[in-house]
Amino acid sequence: MDSFLQQFYQQLVNGISLGSIYALIALGYTMVYGIIRLINFAHGDVYMLGAYVAFFATTFLKLSFFPALIVAMAVSALVGVTIERFAYRPLRNAPRIAVLITAIGVSLFLEYGGMLVVSPQPRTFPALLPTEIYNLGGVVINSYQIIILVVSLILMAILTYIVHRTKIGKAMRAVSFDNDTARLMGIDVDRVISFTFAIGSALAAAAGVLVGIYYNSIDPLMGIMPGLKAFVAAVLGGIGILPGAMLGGVIMGVVEAMVSGFISSTFRDAAAFGILILILLFRPSGLLGKYVREKV
Amino acid sequence: MREKTKHDLRLLLLGIVVYAAIQTLISIGFIQDYWERNIVYVCINVILATSLNLINGITGQFSIGHAGFMAVGAYVGAIMTVKLGLPFIVGIIAGALGAAVLGFIIGLPTLRLTGDYLAIATLGLGEIIRITILNIPYVGGASGFMGIPKLTNFTWAFFLMLFVLFFIKNFVNSTHGRACISIRENEIAAEAMGVDTTKYKVLAFTLGAAFAGVAGALFSHYTYIAHPASFTFMRSFDILTMVVLGGLGSMSGSIVGAIFFTGVSAFFADWPEWRMVIYSLLLISLMLFRPQGLFGNKELSLKMFGRLMGGERRDTAKGN
Repeated sequence: MDSFLQQFYQQLVNGISLGSIYALIALGYTMVYGIIRLINFAHGDVYMLGAYVAFFATTFLKLSFFPALIVAMAVSALVGVTIERFAYRPLRNAPRIAVLITAIGVSLFLEYGGMLVVSPQPRTFPALLPTEIYNLGGVVINSYQIIILVVSLILMAILTYIVHRTKIGKAMRAVSFDNDTARLMGIDVDRVISFTFAIGSALAAAAGVLVGIYYNSIDPLMGIMPGLKAFVAAVLGGIGILPGAMLGGVIMGVVEAMVSGFISSTFRDAAAFGILILILLFRPSGLLGKYVREKV
Repeated sequence: MREKTKHDLRLLLLGIVVYAAIQTLISIGFIQDYWERNIVYVCINVILATSLNLINGITGQFSIGHAGFMAVGAYVGAIMTVKLGLPFIVGIIAGALGAAVLGFIIGLPTLRLTGDYLAIATLGLGEIIRITILNIPYVGGASGFMGIPKLTNFTWAFFLMLFVLFFIKNFVNSTHGRACISIRENEIAAEAMGVDTTKYKVLAFTLGAAFAGVAGALFSHYTYIAHPASFTFMRSFDILTMVVLGGLGSMSGSIVGAIFFTGVSAFFADWPEWRMVIYSLLLISLMLFRPQGLFGNKELSLKMFGRLMGGERRDTAKGN
C-alpha cells in the first residue's frame, strides 16, 4: 500500500474514534437544543466533570473501567439535572439571550470552580485497560480506539432505544416537536426536560472518560474546545436530530484528523469552524435537516 | 433638530468635564497607575460594548464573534505603527478600516442566517480570524506581536470613546438607525415595509466591526503586545456580557455594563483563583433576577430617575 493511502486510512481510523467522542457530546447538545432551544455552553464542562469523576473513582476508590464509567455518568447526570433546575428553569420565559448568558456563566463556574477544587494542572489519567496495538496492513489501531468506538455505539444504541421505544422517549419527541401542545396533552414538560439533561450529561460524561483513557491527560479547561466542536457537529447534522448529531460528530472527527494529518495541526480548529460556516451558508438546517420557511 | 443639537452639545460638554476631572486626578497623582489602567480599559470596553450593542441590541443580529474584529484592529494598527512607522492615528484608522472591510465581507453572506445560527457562525468566524492570525509569522504567530509602542493613553482612549458614542448615538437616531431598529423588532415586517434589510444589517455589522477595530488598536498600543490568546471567544463573551448586563438595545446600558464589568474584574484581581468563580456566580444571579439587563432597552436619563422615584414601573423587556 502506498504511503498516501496508508496515511489516509490511519487518519480515518483516528478520525472515527475522535468523531465518536464528538458524537457522544453532540447528542446532548442536540437533545437540549431540540427541546428548549438553548445552546447549552456548559455541556462541554459536564464532559470535563465526567472525566474528573472517573479519575477520582479510579485513583481513590480503585474502581475498574466500567464501574468508573457508570459512576461518572451517574454523577454527571445528577449535575446536569441540577444545573437545569437552578440555572435554566427559572429563565424558561425570559429572553433567549439571558438563558444563553446564564449558560456561559454556568460554563465559567464549572471551569474555574473546577480549577479551585482540582487545581489547574493537568492530571495523568490512569491506564485502566491494557493497551494493545493491532497492525492492519500498515494501519495502526490501538485497543483504546476500539473501546471508544464500541462504547459509543452501545450508548448510541441505548439512546436510540430510549427515544424511539419508551414512553419517556415518546414524551421527549412530543416536547421537542411542540412544547405547548405536549403540555396540553398532559405531558409533564419539566420532567421531560430534566430527563433530557440527565441523558445528555451522562453521554457527555462517558465521552469525557473515553477521552481520559485515550489521551491520558485531563484538565479543568479540557471541555471548552470539544464542547464547541460538538455543537458544530450537532449543527452540521441538523440540530435536534439524533442521527444527525452522530453523523456530524463522525464527519467533524474525520475532517479534523485529515486536516491535522495532511495540512497542519494548527489549522485543526479552524477547519471545524470552516465546515460550520459552509454548512450554515449552503444548508442552514444541517445535512439531515429539513428547511423550514420562516413566516410572519 | 436644533433641540437635538443643543442636547448633543450638552452631552459633549459633560464628556469634557468628566475628562478634565479624571485627567486632573491622574495628573495630581490621586488616581494611581493601577486605576488609571482600569480607566483606560473602561474606555476601550465602552467602545467594544456600544459597538456590539449596535449589532446585537439595536439591529437584533445576534453576533458573538466581536473579539475577532478587535483582533484585526489590534494587529493592523500594530503593523502600521511598528512595521511601517506611521503615526498612531493612521494605525487606528487602518485598524478600523481593516476590521470594517472584514466585517463587510463576512457580514454579507453570514447575515442571511438568523438567531442562534448567526451566533454560532459569528463565533466560528471570530475563531477562524484568531487561528489565521496565529498562523501568520509576519505578525509573530503564536508568540504574539511584540514591541508595540505604548501610544494609547487616557486622552486617546477617552476622546475616541466619546467619538464612537456620539457616532453611534446619532446613527441610532437617524433614518438608518430607525431602519435597524425596525429589523430588530420584526425583520419580515420591516422587509415588507420596504426596508432593505440586508443593507442595514450589513451596515450595522460593518460599523460595529470598525469600532471594535478601533478598540483593538487602542488595546494593543496600551499593552505593548497583540497576542492571539487575548482574542479568544472568551473575550467575545466578555463583551457580550457587558452588553447584556446593561440591557440589550440600551446605549447607556452598554456603558454602565462596561464600567461595571471592568470594575468587577479589577476589584477581584487580587484573588485571581476566586475571580472567575465569583464573576460567573454574579453573572448567573444577575441573569436570574434581571434577565433583561439592568436597563432593559431603556436609556438612562433624568426622566428615568424621576420614574424610579415615583415608583411607577414599566417593563418593556422584549422576549423572542
